[in-house]
Amino acid sequence: MSDNGNRTLPGLGMVKGLGVTLSAMFKTLFLPGKYLATVNYPKVKEVPVPRARGVIALDQEACTVCMLCARNCPDWCIYIEGHKEEIPPEKPGGRVKVRAKLDRFDIDYALCMYCGICVEVCPFDALFWSPEYEYSEVHMGEMMHDMDRLQDWMATVPEQPALEK
Amino acid sequence: MPSWIVDLFSNFWVSLGGKLLLVALMIPLVGMAIGFAEMKLSAKMQYRIGPYFAGGRWGWAQLIADGVKFFQKEDIIPEEADRPVFKAAPILVLVGTVALLVVIPFGPSLIFRDLDVGVFYALAISSLSTIGILMAGWSSANKYSLIGGLRAAGQLIAYELPLVLAVVGSVILAGTMSLQGIVEAQIEAGYPYLIFQAVGFAIFMIATLAELTRIPFDMPIAESELVMGYLTEYSGFRFLFFFLAEFANMFTMSAIAASLFLGGYWLPGIPQDVLEFAGPVILLGKVFLLVFAMIWFRWTFPRFREDQLQTLAWKWLVPLALVNIAVTATLKVVL
Repeated sequence: MSDNGNRTLPGLGMVKGLGVTLSAMFKTLFLPGKYLATVNYPKVKEVPVPRARGVIALDQEACTVCMLCARNCPDWCIYIEGHKEEIPPEKPGGRVKVRAKLDRFDIDYALCMYCGICVEVCPFDALFWSPEYEYSEVHMGEMMHDMDRLQDWMATVPEQPALEK
Repeated sequence: MPSWIVDLFSNFWVSLGGKLLLVALMIPLVGMAIGFAEMKLSAKMQYRIGPYFAGGRWGWAQLIADGVKFFQKEDIIPEEADRPVFKAAPILVLVGTVALLVVIPFGPSLIFRDLDVGVFYALAISSLSTIGILMAGWSSANKYSLIGGLRAAGQLIAYELPLVLAVVGSVILAGTMSLQGIVEAQIEAGYPYLIFQAVGFAIFMIATLAELTRIPFDMPIAESELVMGYLTEYSGFRFLFFFLAEFANMFTMSAIAASLFLGGYWLPGIPQDVLEFAGPVILLGKVFLLVFAMIWFRWTFPRFREDQLQTLAWKWLVPLALVNIAVTATLKVVL
């Protein structure tokens, strides 16, 4: 006999287990408000926590087309195209400034695995997590969000929570 | 009852048609009711809501929606499959379930056919579905299916024995093998056989769980190892047949257990003429108590390992059932 110190009646654990499921059933039946772990989804919506990884938003102004996100994406689900724009000098005789301009920034959410590496790797804080999650589509092709749609997600990005102590 | 109704139903073909219709309705209705109860109860046991969308309130139409969905699906038969056997297997499983209904007494005169060897017939016909499962596993041309089918065969053979032996106690007490006779003997004695056959009842219920290949005895369809066992290659309405057969089998086996050990359609203190009408309701009440216990066990216990499964059957249940028979027989002769 194995000596683990606290042997009880054989089968007692099974009876305890039955008690757990039965009490769970009565609790959820009679006090759903207190014990229910899930919600009646399309009618009632859960509020995700601020740091939930729902969807990735893009701040077009901050993006410099450096391609770091696209190169670090494990799924290769980010498509970026851009060109250089020359900005005329402010004063006559001044230097011509060069600025990168985004032509295309698509994230294919059908491929994305929500690892967040693109958000972490972005040196200019152009990518953000938003807790929004309701963007399922009937056709898979529509899971490709273009830069305007990604810009729209910016409105749903919550205030950065304060650092934890 | 007006005489023309009696005349109508004494016609062999009319009564046969009526009975067939009743059975044809009962299997899906009972199957859906139990399936829905399982969905809802399992949800409550896990602090979930369960189905709530289909049908508006409580999701009552969920199982109907599921049934319609199954009918829309493509009927896939694997290229390598043994086609006639593959097609026949689900039908055979369902036939085994339907045939069990024949001997279940729903009331003093409400029984499809009171066979003298009712219990024997019930146990014999319930092993028909074993053959169906083995056929399904063999003909699918899939290793998961084959292993599942063979596991099912090994398990069902192991638990057939305690199932039969557990029943013998009640048969000895009643002195008859007719299910109607056993229920009547309990009415005459004035107590359900559960009182003296508690061991037999426990063995019968454990063996029934194993026969139905339900958790904790679901080795044949162990999802984490065998995908879905012998059901792997089935889709559409053939899968629905297996599905219905499982739930309807829960009903029929529980009804047999209720008749053997819990007094069937009888409750103490209810006169015989009321039983004619109240009988089916009382039996249904007892059946749903047993079905609830099955669902409860399913959502509480983890799966047995194959060797534990066989150990339980051969080292514990069979000897216990034999002792139960010996003690019952001795007491029957002595007292």
